[in-house]
Amino acid sequence: MSSDKIDVRYVAKLARIALTDDEVDRFGAQLGDLLAHVNALAELDTNAVPATAQVVESRNVERADSVRPCLDREVVLAQAPQRQGGFFRVPRIIAE
Amino acid sequence: MTQYEAVIGIECHVELKTATKMFCGCPNEFGGEPNTKVCPVCLGMPGALPVPNAKAIEYMIRAGLAFGAEIPAFSKFDRKNYFYPDMPKDYQISQYDMPLTLGGVVKYWLEDGTMKACRLTRIHLEEDTGKSTHAGSGDGRIAGSSYSLVDFNRAGVPLMECVSEPEIYSAPDAVAYLGALRSTLLQLGVSDVKMEEGSLRCDANVSIRPAGTTELGTKTEIKNMNSFRSVQRAIESEIERQTQLLESGGRIVQETRGWDEAHAVTHSMRSKEQAHDYRYFPDPDLVPLEPARDAVDRVKAALPEVPWQRFERFTGAYGLNPKQATQLIENSALAEYFDRVVSASKNPQQSTNFVLGDLSRLANESGVAVARSRVSPEHVAELIGLVESNAINSKIAKALLDRMWDGAGSPKTLVEKESLAQTSDPAAIEKFVDDAIAANANVVAEYRAGKTNVAGFLVGAIMKASRGKADPALVKDLLHKKLG
Amino acid sequence: MENGIIERNAADIARDVNAGKLSAAEVIEATLGQVDAVDSRVGAYLTVVHDLARERAAAVDARVRAGERLPLAGVPIAVKDNMCLTGTRTTCASKILERWTAPYTATAVARMLEAGCVPVGKTNLDEFAMGSSCENSALGVTRNPYDLSRVPGGSSGGSAAAVAAREAAIGLGSDTGGSIREPGAFCNLVGFKPTYGRVSRYGLIAFASSLDQIGPLTRTVEDAALAYDAMGGYDPMDATSIDRPLEPTAQALRADLHGLRVGIVREFGTKELGADLDAAYVRAYHDLEALGAQLVEVSLPTADYGLATYYLIAPAECSSNLSRFDGVRYGLRVEGDDVQSMYEKTRAAGFGPEVKRRILIGTHALSTGYYDAYYVRAQKARTLIARDFEKAFAGCDLIACPAASSAAFSFNAKSDPYSMYMMDYYTIPMSLAGLPALSVPCGWVTPPGGVEPMPLGLQLCAPLFAESLLLGAAHAFERATMHAQKHAPLTARTRA
Repeated sequence: MSSDKIDVRYVAKLARIALTDDEVDRFGAQLGDLLAHVNALAELDTNAVPATAQVVESRNVERADSVRPCLDREVVLAQAPQRQGGFFRVPRIIAE
Repeated sequence: MTQYEAVIGIECHVELKTATKMFCGCPNEFGGEPNTKVCPVCLGMPGALPVPNAKAIEYMIRAGLAFGAEIPAFSKFDRKNYFYPDMPKDYQISQYDMPLTLGGVVKYWLEDGTMKACRLTRIHLEEDTGKSTHAGSGDGRIAGSSYSLVDFNRAGVPLMECVSEPEIYSAPDAVAYLGALRSTLLQLGVSDVKMEEGSLRCDANVSIRPAGTTELGTKTEIKNMNSFRSVQRAIESEIERQTQLLESGGRIVQETRGWDEAHAVTHSMRSKEQAHDYRYFPDPDLVPLEPARDAVDRVKAALPEVPWQRFERFTGAYGLNPKQATQLIENSALAEYFDRVVSASKNPQQSTNFVLGDLSRLANESGVAVARSRVSPEHVAELIGLVESNAINSKIAKALLDRMWDGAGSPKTLVEKESLAQTSDPAAIEKFVDDAIAANANVVAEYRAGKTNVAGFLVGAIMKASRGKADPALVKDLLHKKLG
Repeated sequence: MENGIIERNAADIARDVNAGKLSAAEVIEATLGQVDAVDSRVGAYLTVVHDLARERAAAVDARVRAGERLPLAGVPIAVKDNMCLTGTRTTCASKILERWTAPYTATAVARMLEAGCVPVGKTNLDEFAMGSSCENSALGVTRNPYDLSRVPGGSSGGSAAAVAAREAAIGLGSDTGGSIREPGAFCNLVGFKPTYGRVSRYGLIAFASSLDQIGPLTRTVEDAALAYDAMGGYDPMDATSIDRPLEPTAQALRADLHGLRVGIVREFGTKELGADLDAAYVRAYHDLEALGAQLVEVSLPTADYGLATYYLIAPAECSSNLSRFDGVRYGLRVEGDDVQSMYEKTRAAGFGPEVKRRILIGTHALSTGYYDAYYVRAQKARTLIARDFEKAFAGCDLIACPAASSAAFSFNAKSDPYSMYMMDYYTIPMSLAGLPALSVPCGWVTPPGGVEPMPLGLQLCAPLFAESLLLGAAHAFERATMHAQKHAPLTARTRA
């Protein structure tokens, strides 16, 4: 099993959550504790065990290709933090 | 000096031509007022859930089978997690390790008729993103823009990603590969495959290696190619860049490069390839797919003939040259029309001449496609029969075709009704010949004085007098005899 | 009349409204009156929908007058604020959605309204349903009606408190690892989590998609059955909802437990819960036996790994589910120089510490190099836990165990996250296995330092899709023990 260490800054970057240094320390300690607990799973022999993604077996749930009503654009854009005309507006996108 | 060879792999994103989006009932249509084709699902609203479009899955299976791919018994959807403003949920529903189709081959051919093949790694199904317009910089480019505007009409449109093996070795081959992929998908009716509308988008992975070696070199990924022409130019330019770099002792860096059409160069988009951590995992909102074997068999049985098969048939059994075959195959409806003409006329060469010649000319002039014109393939075959049996000559055939285009119907009926049939009766022709000799004494004298080329004038006069019906071969024959 | 109305169960209200003896309008006025009287102290609701409630009540009365018979005619319901209701603020008790108005209605809510229910309002919860006390709400404090110094449980604490304080007859909750059953136990209610996939999740704002399930919080088992019958069943808008006929459970309620084998889990000893709780659960097991059940010992050897499994799977799913709260299309935005900084600032300001912790741990569990060690291993452990239940159910019809590790605790009693997670020790394994389970009142204890006796819940769990058996047996237990008959003191005072 993996170590109890978690790179909180890296993970927070992936999750797009800004953290203060204080939060990095606090979350790092708390999540390290939690990982120490979950590492107990290493005791289970799971080599020959299939993974369960959905607990109730179900297959091929699909819908017919028929059109349903859309939302009214004003309803959609009324909730936008920032809009411009018929668009959502966002700050500049910097290529990663 | 070391000779290098290029190794190219192509990734294509193809929007499927379903009525609705991949996971919701919003219409799947190009364009329209921004943010009018959206609902809670494709806007990624809190609480909304995806339900897969059965038609999109069927189209995937159809495409996979057409390329000879395996349709695995089990497939699933995964989430690809990354943040981007035009991706509503900030994850994309895609397929990671268990796509709907595995393997397969795209067969394509070059201008000279050489048939080539490139294996597919896989085709998987995912959802398209919305569109961002970069504003505030004046030129619409992302660099230097101060804000972006987002339209989610395209978000959630079903997208199939076709990934090829790195088995293409030149820019023209890459274009031919794309052409075959495109015409096949068009033939299958699963996509519009329009590069200009973005329903076909492709990236190329390009590397070079010393000719004769087998190890792959470091690759770059080329993006922003908006036409077949730009694919060819971009790949050529990138091969050249890599070659020069290696020859001058440099090293290729694995990176993404954008094609700059205006300056005809690729430029680095991400200087340092940052390893993305997409955190793929099975989408817990969706259940696995296990395509029913009998349904897959039904799709397989209903597959149309695909372009490369048609190419082999046209150039093989029909004996067309590669250019003619390609011209027909590029327009599937025309190829089907052609097939009907051939099957009625049993004369592939004459069928080609009429379909690619006069009929295509008429189509161009009128703006009506041959296959949608008022000329039925059976009537074209009749016309071919009339020419074959020398009942009419080619000039009359052409005139008849013009009238058939305007709705005149059966050429046989026209010929009978208007007694346009060619005259092969020697007595009748002899009369026309005698009349012409009598009326043109001075020309006859010139001929006899050795200027034999004036015979053409006499033939013309005879044909005119017979209103085109005299068999030109008999006319010439008799004339030469009489003039002795 | 008014004070009488708010005491009445959903079944009684529906019967009288359908019979024309009572109007939905009277019921909703009495209920809104109770909300006015007590909710400033209880804090069950984040939003009360006075106008919509009156409008819907009038519509129900019109339908009844037109001759319709509605299974839940005029029944006032409290809706957990992670379920969408068109035109109504839906917050998940988070700052990030504080001002968001849902443009559509969740299927489960729509079905309850169609069955004749009248919405009273949207109730408080732990932010995004992550917690066991409601203390993680960013928008309000909810108190336990049985002792205002104690928590109502969570995450469906607002719905539980509302039903316990007679501010609604039925509460809609969602249960991911115990979020209906634990507050049910804390507030002396029936808290029922159906089989995963039985109730549509469409319009339920996701926490962990493979675990989330909507269910009712009610004062009687019969009401829980009526609610389940109304909202359950296949929904084409939810690909994980199960397309399988629903047998009406309200007709399967039983008077005794003859012929049933009830499994007592060897690994779930109650001694470590303290003498009072141990005694209460031992007595509850005896009560089952007295009703005719045969008690058998069963074993769930991997259930002890439930918590570890759950705290990988649920955060992993949540880390992805909550990505959409990005300040682009709706909800809070904190401006930044560029879109990345806007994301980071928005999410830093919009999410509370527990949500952040879970997003971080879930992101970690899915990230390169850790996916197999954490996420995949947890999914495999999940398989083992589900298999344990299968084996156990080969030897019994139902399983009985505690619904929570303690009675309702005081505010700020669980300061470190893991001690809070331990509250769900008994409920998480059933969630991982997708099984139907409920808590039903089973006794009272006065917690150390407490003044008021606080309720306890017995958890009953059945095999997949055996909701009828589960509710039927719980009904027999409830009828025999009458634990739920004791009212919340707050209500008593209000009535006096």
